[in-house]
Amino acid sequence: MEFKGILVVSYIIATILFILALGGLSNQETARRGNWYGIVGMAIALAATIWGVVTQAYVELIIALLIGGTIGIVAARRVQMTQMPELVAILHSLVGLAAVAVGFANFMDPGRLAHYTGVELTIHDIETYLGILIGAVTFSGSVIAFGKLSGRIGGKPLTLPARHWLNLALLIGVIYFGYAFVQESAAGAGLMPLIFMTVISLLFGIHMVMAIGGADMPVVVSMLNSYSGWAASATGFMLGNDLLIVTGALVGSSGAILSYIMCRAMNRKFLAVIAGGFGTSEGTQLASGEDQGEVVPISGEETAELLNDAKEVMIIPGYGMAVAQAQHIVHEITQALRGKKINVRFGIHPVAGRMPGHMNVLLAEAKVPYDIVFEMDEINDDFPDVDVSIVIGANDIVNPSALTDPEGPIGGMPVLECWKGKTTIVLKRSMATGYAGVQNPLFFLDNTRMLFGDAKDSLETVFKAL
Amino acid sequence: MRIGVPREIYAGERRVATTPDVAAQLIKLGFEVAVESRAGAGAHFSDAAYQAAGCSIAPSADALWSEADIILKVRGPEEEEAGRLRTGQTLISFLYPAQNAALLQNLTERGVTAMAMDSIPRISRAQKVDALSSMANIAGYRAVVEAAQHFGRFFTGQITAAGKVPPAKVLVIGAGVAGLAAIGAAKSMGAIVRSFDTRPEVKEQIESMDAEFLMLDFEDEDGSGEGGYAKVMSEEFIKAEMALFAEQAEDVDIIITTALIPGKPAPRLITAEMVASMKDGSVIVDLAAEQGGNCELTEPGEVVNVHGVTIIGYTDLPSRLAAQSSQLYATNLRHLLTDLTPEKDGQIVVNMEDEVIRGATVCKDGETTWPPPAPKLSAAPAKPKAAPAPAPVKEPKKKSVVGPIIGMVVAGLALLGLGAVAPQDFMAHFTVFVLACFVGYMVIWNVTPALHTPLMSVTNAISSIIVIGALMQISADTELIKWIAVATVGITAVNIFGGFAVTRRMLEMFRK
Repeated sequence: MEFKGILVVSYIIATILFILALGGLSNQETARRGNWYGIVGMAIALAATIWGVVTQAYVELIIALLIGGTIGIVAARRVQMTQMPELVAILHSLVGLAAVAVGFANFMDPGRLAHYTGVELTIHDIETYLGILIGAVTFSGSVIAFGKLSGRIGGKPLTLPARHWLNLALLIGVIYFGYAFVQESAAGAGLMPLIFMTVISLLFGIHMVMAIGGADMPVVVSMLNSYSGWAASATGFMLGNDLLIVTGALVGSSGAILSYIMCRAMNRKFLAVIAGGFGTSEGTQLASGEDQGEVVPISGEETAELLNDAKEVMIIPGYGMAVAQAQHIVHEITQALRGKKINVRFGIHPVAGRMPGHMNVLLAEAKVPYDIVFEMDEINDDFPDVDVSIVIGANDIVNPSALTDPEGPIGGMPVLECWKGKTTIVLKRSMATGYAGVQNPLFFLDNTRMLFGDAKDSLETVFKAL
Repeated sequence: MRIGVPREIYAGERRVATTPDVAAQLIKLGFEVAVESRAGAGAHFSDAAYQAAGCSIAPSADALWSEADIILKVRGPEEEEAGRLRTGQTLISFLYPAQNAALLQNLTERGVTAMAMDSIPRISRAQKVDALSSMANIAGYRAVVEAAQHFGRFFTGQITAAGKVPPAKVLVIGAGVAGLAAIGAAKSMGAIVRSFDTRPEVKEQIESMDAEFLMLDFEDEDGSGEGGYAKVMSEEFIKAEMALFAEQAEDVDIIITTALIPGKPAPRLITAEMVASMKDGSVIVDLAAEQGGNCELTEPGEVVNVHGVTIIGYTDLPSRLAAQSSQLYATNLRHLLTDLTPEKDGQIVVNMEDEVIRGATVCKDGETTWPPPAPKLSAAPAKPKAAPAPAPVKEPKKKSVVGPIIGMVVAGLALLGLGAVAPQDFMAHFTVFVLACFVGYMVIWNVTPALHTPLMSVTNAISSIIVIGALMQISADTELIKWIAVATVGITAVNIFGGFAVTRRMLEMFRK
């Protein structure tokens, strides 16, 4: 019995460490410490469980840990910073898969019927069912998100006809099989409904993420993060384990908040994002360019001259910078300009890139000091004083029509108002539209210059000329 | 064209209309510049300095006035000077045409083109030409310096070995350019500064200078007149205002008054009784002395002492800072001349379509062109226009109170229902679950967006706590369950190690 007490205490310590980890991660100063809290918490939880609960199969356990751990660390070392969203997405899928596996294993445990009876059994069954359900949705959803983010699956949202009805049908199916499962499980059966439900959940996860457009991927990733937490929590209920419940709930609610914060940054309704189909409005390609006016191209050398004459420079990175791997050259340019006493700052839109905080991670990788990297709200009022803004592969987040055209697909979304500065230089590969498929009037303004080409090559020309 | 800069002959006037630096720039505009000998002496600019800048030195006033096409002056011409002006000459100086009708008529009759630096319209574009503001700025600063000279104590509070010194309390009435300059100067010397103005829009400016805005306990009456100046207030307002001053007079050590209403004598704000109520050794600086004074006891141009209170009524404060005011005034003139010389060829074009030039020109080609059509731009939006503004603004969507209440009631009932049937054990877990959700919410709410990615990867790593589930099953006797559990441990291990490692890698990169 004293084992049990020590186990509980270890779990409490682990829980507190996890809370401290999340708290620490909300501030740059404490973030590293936060990560260590997480690691220590996890180590304590693992050690306590292995020591207190596991009674055999140690060898298999250790081997599994070693193999898995090696894969994990190698993947973490190898991954490019620009591939971070994919990595996070695929890691989420593992949690979902684990939840499904634990659920099934628990169901197959013959001790189950002896342990629970009556209402308790019903509740236990529902918990199992929910754990597997959420786990399966997380798994398939994350796999699809991974595919979309890594470009293996097209970024365009897949909108099946009557997709809301389809979702409803899937939901009814899940409820029906759930009922069947609870009925049959008391008699020792119920595997079939469980399998059917798992298949439906997998389909649901696929369908859900397929329907969401590329621009909303950051929200999806953080939503899946939240799901993986709920899956852990449901598993915790199933096993009667408070550590799982608490940790799952922590992750689940923090993921949900994060999704909400991001939706707010895009001025979108959370439900609208989940329902999917964003970015479906007909992409107005260059066809409508004629009534927009002319764009003024600029060369790398001219850009360098403009930068040399400037006092205040604002750099606005977008997904294009990630694609072109241009963050290092951006840092070199920043250093060169700062060496000339030119004030360089970065303006980061909350949804720039394909993952929340994506740009910050890239800039950090390139060793751009984080105290010159600002959030949209911090610097948006400063644009009238900015001499040159450089937009690197961003589109929708600097689109003035978000403010001028409230009915448009991105209407009402807060954007970086770079056009209020003296000159804006936009680095872009072509005149194609952004993920939202909206033409950007910024490109046609008098004080905007277009620097066409791959962002990295263009910036290298600029750097040489500086 | 030839610019002539005469020596100011008004008694005590030390300013000069151009400095060597500015003269050099005028020459770049294509002008020849002649300066009367010793014109800059009062402001410490020597003839040699002017010569070095490329000016010629005219030995006498006669020589200067007769040869110049454009005369730049500070003060308006004295009778003797006006007599030297001839048709076709251009005169640019302070003129105050409203107060000097005779002078204006004289200039008109002589066929002179005269531009009054005091009649520049108060619009944003004309700020660089706004000599009144330049001079007011200097007067405000100098007022504090004069006050400090006559005030027997420190401005700043100090605690020294020889005892405690309280800070001086300064009241600045009227927060125009001069008032704000006075606030800034007094504040930087360490005094406690309070300020009052009838125009509510300057409250923010006063507070931005870190001074205290004295609120009048009076229903809202806007003292803003046209052009950003003050206007005459109602009788009740003045009564309330006077009560405030009377109360302040007993408390403060220094009063600096700058209240002026364009085209009117200065309002009487500080009565003889108020002066009497002030502490011995207090100082009043009356910047409105030239227009009759804000204080009843002010004697223009003099320093008087009444009941131990020093009242300074100097009317030549800018001239007492001659080098500074000459420099600013000369620059204002240069901006005006730049506007007048679009081709930069030394030929001035008096373009009456230009609002700034039109406003400044008081007579031209034998015709009086003053007053100009009133510019309709005020620093503050007119009151009536502001009133309907709130109407079209959509009221922020009032969140219906009913919705959340219904939701909460339903949720509450559902929880009660759950509690009724669920076993004790479950409810204990459920409690933990709900509390944990709230903790997660509280902890995450303030995360900086820059850290979203590391946060997500760390939460992802933490969510692989699900490994505990697999560990609980790994010791099962059933082979199938055991192997499923082993596989699950492997999968989650990828996540645990990968998640934490990648988070660490990201965080390592964040650096200051």
